[in-house]
Amino acid sequence: MAQDYFPLLVFIVVSIVFAFIAIGLPSILGPRRKNQQKQEPYESGIIPFQDARRRFPIKYYLVAMLFILFDIEVIFLYPWAGALLPLRDGYGIWLALVPMGVFLFILIAGLVYEWSKGALEWE
Amino acid sequence: MPELPIPIPPLPTLHESVFMAIALLTVVGAFLVVAARNLFHNALGLALTFFGVAGVYFVAEAEFVGVAQVLVYVGAISTLITFAIMLTRGMMYGATSPLNRQAGTAAIIAATVFVVMAGLLGSLPWPVAEEPIVDGQIVIANLGVGFVTEFVVAFLLLAVLLLVALAGAIVLAQDRK
Repeated sequence: MAQDYFPLLVFIVVSIVFAFIAIGLPSILGPRRKNQQKQEPYESGIIPFQDARRRFPIKYYLVAMLFILFDIEVIFLYPWAGALLPLRDGYGIWLALVPMGVFLFILIAGLVYEWSKGALEWE
Repeated sequence: MPELPIPIPPLPTLHESVFMAIALLTVVGAFLVVAARNLFHNALGLALTFFGVAGVYFVAEAEFVGVAQVLVYVGAISTLITFAIMLTRGMMYGATSPLNRQAGTAAIIAATVFVVMAGLLGSLPWPVAEEPIVDGQIVIANLGVGFVTEFVVAFLLLAVLLLVALAGAIVLAQDRK
Protein backbone atom coordinates (compact mmCIF):
# COMPACT_ATOMS: atom_id res chain seq x y z
CA MET A 1 0.00 0.00 0.00
CA ALA A 2 1.19 3.49 -0.80
CA GLN A 3 0.48 4.69 2.75
CA ASP A 4 3.16 2.30 4.03
CA TYR A 5 5.76 4.46 2.32
CA PHE A 6 4.87 7.60 4.25
CA PRO A 7 7.82 7.10 6.70
CA LEU A 8 10.10 6.78 3.66
CA LEU A 9 8.78 10.10 2.32
CA VAL A 10 9.40 11.76 5.71
CA PHE A 11 12.89 10.26 5.73
CA ILE A 12 13.66 11.66 2.25
CA VAL A 13 12.35 15.13 3.14
CA VAL A 14 14.30 15.20 6.44
CA SER A 15 17.54 14.11 4.73
CA ILE A 16 17.18 16.77 2.00
CA VAL A 17 16.45 19.49 4.57
CA PHE A 18 19.35 18.30 6.74
CA ALA A 19 21.72 18.42 3.76
CA PHE A 20 20.75 22.05 3.08
CA ILE A 21 21.18 22.94 6.77
CA ALA A 22 24.52 21.14 7.09
CA ILE A 23 25.96 22.89 4.04
CA GLY A 24 24.12 26.20 4.28
CA LEU A 25 24.42 27.08 7.97
CA PRO A 26 28.25 26.90 8.23
CA SER A 27 28.57 29.05 5.10
CA ILE A 28 26.48 31.74 6.82
CA LEU A 29 27.77 31.45 10.38
CA GLY A 30 31.28 30.03 10.04
CA PRO A 31 34.40 32.22 9.90
CA ARG A 32 36.25 32.33 6.59
CA ARG A 33 39.96 32.25 7.28
CA LYS A 34 41.38 30.10 4.53
CA ASN A 35 44.93 28.89 4.23
CA GLN A 36 46.74 26.24 2.20
CA GLN A 37 46.20 23.45 4.73
CA LYS A 38 42.48 24.09 5.06
CA GLN A 39 41.97 23.90 1.29
CA GLU A 40 43.19 20.31 1.11
CA PRO A 41 40.58 17.60 0.49
CA TYR A 42 41.35 15.72 3.71
CA GLU A 43 42.56 17.40 6.84
CA SER A 44 45.61 15.58 8.23
CA GLY A 45 45.30 13.15 5.32
CA ILE A 46 47.69 12.08 2.61
CA ILE A 47 49.16 15.13 0.87
CA PRO A 48 47.72 15.32 -2.67
CA PHE A 49 50.40 14.66 -5.27
CA GLN A 50 48.45 15.33 -8.46
CA ASP A 51 45.16 16.61 -9.84
CA ALA A 52 42.23 14.27 -9.22
CA ARG A 53 40.75 15.17 -12.60
CA ARG A 54 42.76 12.82 -14.71
CA ARG A 55 41.88 9.84 -16.84
CA PHE A 56 41.03 6.82 -14.75
CA PRO A 57 42.26 3.32 -15.63
CA ILE A 58 39.80 1.23 -17.64
CA LYS A 59 39.92 -1.41 -14.87
CA TYR A 60 37.26 0.61 -13.03
CA TYR A 61 34.94 0.21 -16.03
CA LEU A 62 35.47 -3.54 -16.05
CA VAL A 63 34.72 -3.79 -12.33
CA ALA A 64 31.54 -1.70 -12.73
CA MET A 65 30.43 -3.82 -15.69
CA LEU A 66 30.98 -7.08 -13.79
CA PHE A 67 29.13 -5.57 -10.82
CA ILE A 68 26.07 -4.79 -13.00
CA LEU A 69 25.93 -8.36 -14.31
CA PHE A 70 25.99 -9.97 -10.88
CA ASP A 71 23.65 -7.28 -9.57
CA ILE A 72 21.08 -8.29 -12.21
CA GLU A 73 21.62 -11.95 -11.29
CA VAL A 74 20.75 -11.15 -7.65
CA ILE A 75 17.61 -9.26 -8.78
CA PHE A 76 16.39 -12.47 -10.41
CA LEU A 77 17.12 -14.52 -7.30
CA TYR A 78 14.61 -12.54 -5.21
CA PRO A 79 11.36 -13.52 -7.04
CA TRP A 80 12.69 -17.06 -7.36
CA ALA A 81 13.11 -17.25 -3.57
CA GLY A 82 9.51 -16.09 -3.28
CA ALA A 83 8.42 -18.82 -5.70
CA LEU A 84 9.93 -21.59 -3.56
CA LEU A 85 7.06 -21.50 -1.08
CA PRO A 86 4.18 -22.08 -3.57
CA LEU A 87 6.25 -24.70 -5.46
CA ARG A 88 7.62 -26.60 -2.46
CA ASP A 89 5.42 -29.71 -2.70
CA GLY A 90 6.18 -32.81 -4.79
CA TYR A 91 7.92 -32.32 -8.12
CA GLY A 92 7.40 -28.57 -7.90
CA ILE A 93 10.60 -28.13 -5.94
CA TRP A 94 12.59 -29.60 -8.85
CA LEU A 95 10.71 -27.29 -11.18
CA ALA A 96 12.06 -24.43 -9.07
CA LEU A 97 15.57 -25.76 -8.45
CA VAL A 98 16.57 -27.01 -11.91
CA PRO A 99 16.07 -23.79 -13.95
CA MET A 100 17.75 -21.70 -11.27
CA GLY A 101 20.57 -24.26 -11.10
CA VAL A 102 21.13 -23.92 -14.86
CA PHE A 103 20.87 -20.12 -14.59
CA LEU A 104 23.50 -20.01 -11.84
CA PHE A 105 25.68 -22.57 -13.65
CA ILE A 106 25.83 -20.35 -16.76
CA LEU A 107 26.79 -17.33 -14.66
CA ILE A 108 29.32 -19.32 -12.60
CA ALA A 109 30.88 -20.38 -15.91
CA GLY A 110 31.23 -16.67 -16.59
CA LEU A 111 32.81 -16.16 -13.18
CA VAL A 112 35.32 -18.96 -13.87
CA TYR A 113 36.15 -17.38 -17.26
CA GLU A 114 36.58 -13.99 -15.60
CA TRP A 115 38.82 -15.50 -12.93
CA SER A 116 40.94 -17.41 -15.43
CA LYS A 117 41.42 -14.27 -17.52
CA GLY A 118 42.73 -12.46 -14.46
CA ALA A 119 39.95 -9.85 -14.52
CA LEU A 120 39.59 -10.09 -10.75
CA GLU A 121 43.22 -9.13 -10.14
CA TRP A 122 43.82 -5.44 -9.72
CA GLU A 123 47.47 -5.10 -10.59
CA MET B 1 -23.14 31.89 -8.00
CA PRO B 2 -22.39 32.52 -11.71
CA GLU B 3 -21.32 29.60 -13.85
CA LEU B 4 -17.55 29.60 -14.47
CA PRO B 5 -16.44 29.24 -18.11
CA ILE B 6 -13.94 26.52 -17.09
CA PRO B 7 -14.71 24.15 -14.22
CA ILE B 8 -12.14 24.41 -11.43
CA PRO B 9 -10.11 21.20 -11.33
CA PRO B 10 -10.36 19.38 -8.01
CA LEU B 11 -7.43 19.75 -5.63
CA PRO B 12 -4.87 16.95 -6.05
CA THR B 13 -5.00 14.19 -3.48
CA LEU B 14 -1.92 13.30 -1.43
CA HIS B 15 -1.21 10.43 -3.81
CA GLU B 16 -1.38 12.75 -6.81
CA SER B 17 0.77 15.43 -5.15
CA VAL B 18 3.48 12.86 -4.37
CA PHE B 19 3.34 11.71 -7.98
CA MET B 20 3.61 15.31 -9.23
CA ALA B 21 6.64 16.00 -7.00
CA ILE B 22 8.36 12.83 -8.22
CA ALA B 23 7.48 13.57 -11.85
CA LEU B 24 8.88 17.10 -11.48
CA LEU B 25 12.11 15.67 -10.02
CA THR B 26 12.36 13.24 -12.94
CA VAL B 27 11.81 15.95 -15.54
CA VAL B 28 14.36 18.26 -13.86
CA GLY B 29 16.88 15.40 -13.89
CA ALA B 30 16.16 14.65 -17.54
CA PHE B 31 16.57 18.34 -18.40
CA LEU B 32 19.95 18.39 -16.60
CA VAL B 33 21.07 15.40 -18.67
CA VAL B 34 20.72 17.35 -21.91
CA ALA B 35 21.31 20.91 -20.72
CA ALA B 36 24.19 20.83 -18.20
CA ARG B 37 27.44 21.89 -19.82
CA ASN B 38 29.70 19.67 -17.75
CA LEU B 39 29.43 16.07 -18.87
CA PHE B 40 29.87 14.89 -15.30
CA HIS B 41 26.80 16.89 -14.26
CA ASN B 42 24.87 15.21 -17.09
CA ALA B 43 25.68 11.85 -15.48
CA LEU B 44 24.49 13.12 -12.08
CA GLY B 45 21.26 14.34 -13.70
CA LEU B 46 20.77 10.88 -15.17
CA ALA B 47 21.11 9.35 -11.69
CA LEU B 48 18.45 11.78 -10.45
CA THR B 49 16.15 10.76 -13.31
CA PHE B 50 16.67 7.08 -12.48
CA PHE B 51 15.71 7.83 -8.88
CA GLY B 52 12.60 9.66 -10.06
CA VAL B 53 11.56 6.73 -12.24
CA ALA B 54 12.02 4.43 -9.23
CA GLY B 55 9.72 6.78 -7.31
CA VAL B 56 7.10 6.52 -10.06
CA TYR B 57 7.25 2.73 -9.76
CA PHE B 58 6.69 2.99 -5.99
CA VAL B 59 3.73 5.32 -6.47
CA ALA B 60 2.33 2.82 -8.99
CA GLU B 61 2.73 0.11 -6.30
CA ALA B 62 5.23 -1.84 -8.39
CA GLU B 63 7.63 -2.17 -5.49
CA PHE B 64 9.77 -4.94 -6.94
CA VAL B 65 10.39 -3.02 -10.15
CA GLY B 66 11.17 0.06 -8.05
CA VAL B 67 13.74 -1.77 -5.93
CA ALA B 68 15.25 -3.32 -9.06
CA GLN B 69 15.42 0.17 -10.59
CA VAL B 70 17.31 1.53 -7.59
CA LEU B 71 19.67 -1.45 -7.39
CA VAL B 72 20.47 -1.75 -11.08
CA TYR B 73 20.00 1.70 -12.60
CA VAL B 74 20.86 4.03 -9.71
CA GLY B 75 23.40 1.70 -8.12
CA ALA B 76 25.15 0.19 -11.10
CA ILE B 77 24.34 1.89 -14.43
CA SER B 78 24.97 5.40 -13.05
CA THR B 79 28.32 4.23 -11.62
CA LEU B 80 29.23 2.65 -14.94
CA ILE B 81 28.41 5.86 -16.84
CA THR B 82 30.38 7.91 -14.31
CA PHE B 83 33.39 5.62 -14.78
CA ALA B 84 32.99 5.82 -18.56
CA ILE B 85 33.20 9.62 -18.34
CA MET B 86 36.14 9.52 -15.93
CA LEU B 87 38.21 7.31 -18.19
CA THR B 88 37.55 9.34 -21.34
CA ARG B 89 40.23 11.79 -22.32
CA GLY B 90 39.31 15.42 -21.88
CA MET B 91 35.82 14.76 -20.54
CA MET B 92 36.77 15.67 -16.98
CA TYR B 93 38.04 19.11 -17.89
CA GLY B 94 35.51 21.91 -17.65
CA ALA B 95 32.47 22.61 -19.75
CA THR B 96 31.71 21.21 -23.16
CA SER B 97 29.08 22.49 -25.52
CA PRO B 98 25.99 20.30 -25.64
CA LEU B 99 25.56 21.26 -29.30
CA ASN B 100 27.49 20.08 -32.32
CA ARG B 101 26.88 19.93 -36.07
CA GLN B 102 24.40 17.08 -35.66
CA ALA B 103 22.20 19.00 -33.19
CA GLY B 104 19.54 19.85 -35.80
CA THR B 105 19.23 16.26 -37.06
CA ALA B 106 19.14 14.98 -33.48
CA ALA B 107 16.36 17.45 -32.61
CA ILE B 108 14.26 16.31 -35.59
CA ILE B 109 14.74 12.62 -34.70
CA ALA B 110 13.94 13.25 -31.01
CA ALA B 111 10.79 15.22 -31.90
CA THR B 112 9.65 12.46 -34.29
CA VAL B 113 10.19 9.78 -31.66
CA PHE B 114 8.28 11.89 -29.13
CA VAL B 115 5.31 12.40 -31.47
CA VAL B 116 5.18 8.69 -32.37
CA MET B 117 5.48 7.55 -28.75
CA ALA B 118 2.93 10.08 -27.47
CA GLY B 119 0.51 9.07 -30.22
CA LEU B 120 0.96 5.37 -29.45
CA LEU B 121 0.54 5.87 -25.70
CA GLY B 122 -2.56 7.99 -26.25
CA SER B 123 -4.24 5.44 -28.52
CA LEU B 124 -3.44 2.35 -26.41
CA PRO B 125 -6.09 1.01 -24.09
CA TRP B 126 -4.85 1.08 -20.49
CA PRO B 127 -6.39 -1.80 -18.55
CA VAL B 128 -7.12 -1.03 -14.91
CA ALA B 129 -6.70 -3.77 -12.31
CA GLU B 130 -10.10 -4.84 -10.99
CA GLU B 131 -9.06 -5.07 -7.36
CA PRO B 132 -6.25 -3.24 -5.59
CA ILE B 133 -3.10 -5.26 -4.97
CA VAL B 134 -3.13 -6.06 -1.28
CA ASP B 135 -0.11 -8.34 -0.94
CA GLY B 136 3.02 -7.49 -2.89
CA GLN B 137 4.68 -10.75 -1.81
CA ILE B 138 2.21 -12.77 -3.88
CA VAL B 139 3.01 -10.66 -6.94
CA ILE B 140 6.75 -11.30 -6.54
CA ALA B 141 6.17 -15.02 -5.89
CA ASN B 142 4.05 -15.24 -9.06
CA LEU B 143 6.86 -13.56 -10.95
CA GLY B 144 9.30 -16.15 -9.60
CA VAL B 145 6.97 -19.01 -10.56
CA GLY B 146 6.80 -17.49 -14.05
CA PHE B 147 10.61 -17.59 -14.32
CA VAL B 148 10.77 -21.33 -13.77
CA THR B 149 7.62 -22.37 -15.66
CA GLU B 150 6.12 -20.25 -18.42
CA PHE B 151 9.14 -18.05 -19.21
CA VAL B 152 11.90 -20.55 -18.45
CA VAL B 153 13.42 -20.26 -21.94
CA ALA B 154 13.59 -16.47 -21.71
CA PHE B 155 15.00 -16.81 -18.19
CA LEU B 156 17.85 -19.05 -19.32
CA LEU B 157 18.49 -16.95 -22.44
CA LEU B 158 18.89 -14.03 -20.08
CA ALA B 159 21.68 -15.90 -18.27
CA VAL B 160 23.36 -16.43 -21.66
CA LEU B 161 22.93 -12.72 -22.43
CA LEU B 162 24.60 -11.80 -19.13
CA LEU B 163 27.40 -14.27 -19.90
CA VAL B 164 27.96 -12.68 -23.32
CA ALA B 165 28.03 -9.21 -21.74
CA LEU B 166 30.55 -10.44 -19.16
CA ALA B 167 32.83 -11.94 -21.81
CA GLY B 168 32.49 -8.80 -23.94
CA ALA B 169 33.41 -6.53 -21.03
CA ILE B 170 36.52 -8.60 -20.30
CA VAL B 171 37.59 -8.68 -23.95
CA LEU B 172 37.07 -4.90 -24.30
CA ALA B 173 38.68 -3.81 -21.06
CA GLN B 174 41.50 -6.32 -20.58
CA ASP B 175 45.03 -5.03 -20.78
CA ARG B 176 46.69 -6.57 -23.81
CA LYS B 177 50.06 -7.78 -22.69
